[in-house]
Amino acid sequence: MIEIRELTKSFGERVAVDHLSLSIEKGEFFALLGSNGAGKTTTIKMISGLQTPTNGDIIIDGMSIFSNLQQSKQLMNISPQETAVAPNLSVKENLEFTAKIYGFDKNEAIIRAGEMMEKFSLTDRAKAKAKTLSGGLQRRLSIAMAMISNPRIVFLDEPTLGLDVRARRDLWNILLGLKGQMTIILTTHYLEEVEALADRVGIMHHGKLCALGTVDDLKEQYNKNSLEEVFLSVTEEMEVLV
Amino acid sequence: MSSLHFASRNQKEILRDPLSLVFGFGLPIVLLFLFSIMQKNLPYGLFQIEHLAPGIIVFGFSFLTLFSGMLLGKDRGSSFLMRLFASPLSAKDYIIGYLLPMLPIALLQIIVCLVAASLLGLPFNSNSLLAIIVLLLISILFISFGLLFGTLFTDKQVGGIFALFVNVTAFLSGIWFSLDLIGGTFKTICYLLPFAHAVDAAKAAFAGNIHDIWGSLFVVIGYTVVIMGIAIVIFRKRMRS
Repeated sequence: MIEIRELTKSFGERVAVDHLSLSIEKGEFFALLGSNGAGKTTTIKMISGLQTPTNGDIIIDGMSIFSNLQQSKQLMNISPQETAVAPNLSVKENLEFTAKIYGFDKNEAIIRAGEMMEKFSLTDRAKAKAKTLSGGLQRRLSIAMAMISNPRIVFLDEPTLGLDVRARRDLWNILLGLKGQMTIILTTHYLEEVEALADRVGIMHHGKLCALGTVDDLKEQYNKNSLEEVFLSVTEEMEVLV
Repeated sequence: MSSLHFASRNQKEILRDPLSLVFGFGLPIVLLFLFSIMQKNLPYGLFQIEHLAPGIIVFGFSFLTLFSGMLLGKDRGSSFLMRLFASPLSAKDYIIGYLLPMLPIALLQIIVCLVAASLLGLPFNSNSLLAIIVLLLISILFISFGLLFGTLFTDKQVGGIFALFVNVTAFLSGIWFSLDLIGGTFKTICYLLPFAHAVDAAKAAFAGNIHDIWGSLFVVIGYTVVIMGIAIVIFRKRMRS
């Protein structure tokens, strides 16, 4: 379980994340929503150990990630907002490289890479250099690289940004297949993606967590028919719950 | 072990870029042959192979600056480095991972240039082996510059800065002409920078003048430590932020 306690991040006068408290269950698919600059990416960076908070802590299975950073990093993996692949390495090499830096030996890395290529339908492009793949396939590879270390927690920062409808739907199906196997924390601007994938949703605005619950809970709580209406209502009212 | 896996990835990234091969290995050889042809038509010894080869090898190292700077800048720009920062790699792994793969490339550059220079009349003897060691030490200076540029700038900016850097290396190092020909303030400025010292150390090594190597080499090593130190401090700061 991930327990976020009073997490705050300030950049000078500007407070990017403001006393964020939240618990995410093991195996949960959690979506973090918010307008641009709401503090989603900063939150993800802090939970994944990329940024140190100004205040607060994050506890994973009773262990503070900031006190045990190297150990915590072994449990997590990330697929950044921009596609982050090594362009001159093949699909297989990218996957094996990621497995190796997470401590897998050569044989394990080969086996894991094969499994990931199978799972993400990349086997027929195994020898293709990453830079020659389409945007959709590069994104798939980037997420496969995040999954190959068998992380307990994986962060997907806008994984379908810029993908066409087909590629997006294909990726949704893959992510649906991974549900329950690991804790997935997703940030996205696509609300239909949240409805299709997420167990629970948090909506951030001006660095604060303003709404939290399942999609149905939020619709009921805000008396709206769609998540989009809830989102607009929350980010307009700035009603802070937590 | 992680640092070696990272180093292997970095080497593949560089060597699989055909432009790296053309510029890093091809250009110094073209220059060697070009200046040797020019020397044949000159009435005096301006571009003699004993003086030309060490300088051109040092000049070729400026492409190590480009390769390392571009790679690091590209990793930062594409979020690849963000992915790595989230992994269990430590600061030490990054330093080894970016530095180590450049050394075999430097060695390959030296060997390719030595073979070409031998064809043009440079004798290959025990001094050449000493020169290889000295040149490898000099190459770390150029890699350090690349890592500093890559830490500070994007890959596109590194490309622009390299254009300036390669000219500084070429004209303020005494590769193409003896700095004594100009002398004065120009020579003083050249010797405030490490490039002329690098060329002097390489020339002394090829000539077997061991005592003349150390003074120049110490300056080069001093610059290397400072430049690499600054790159590491800034990189670690960026890692934390």
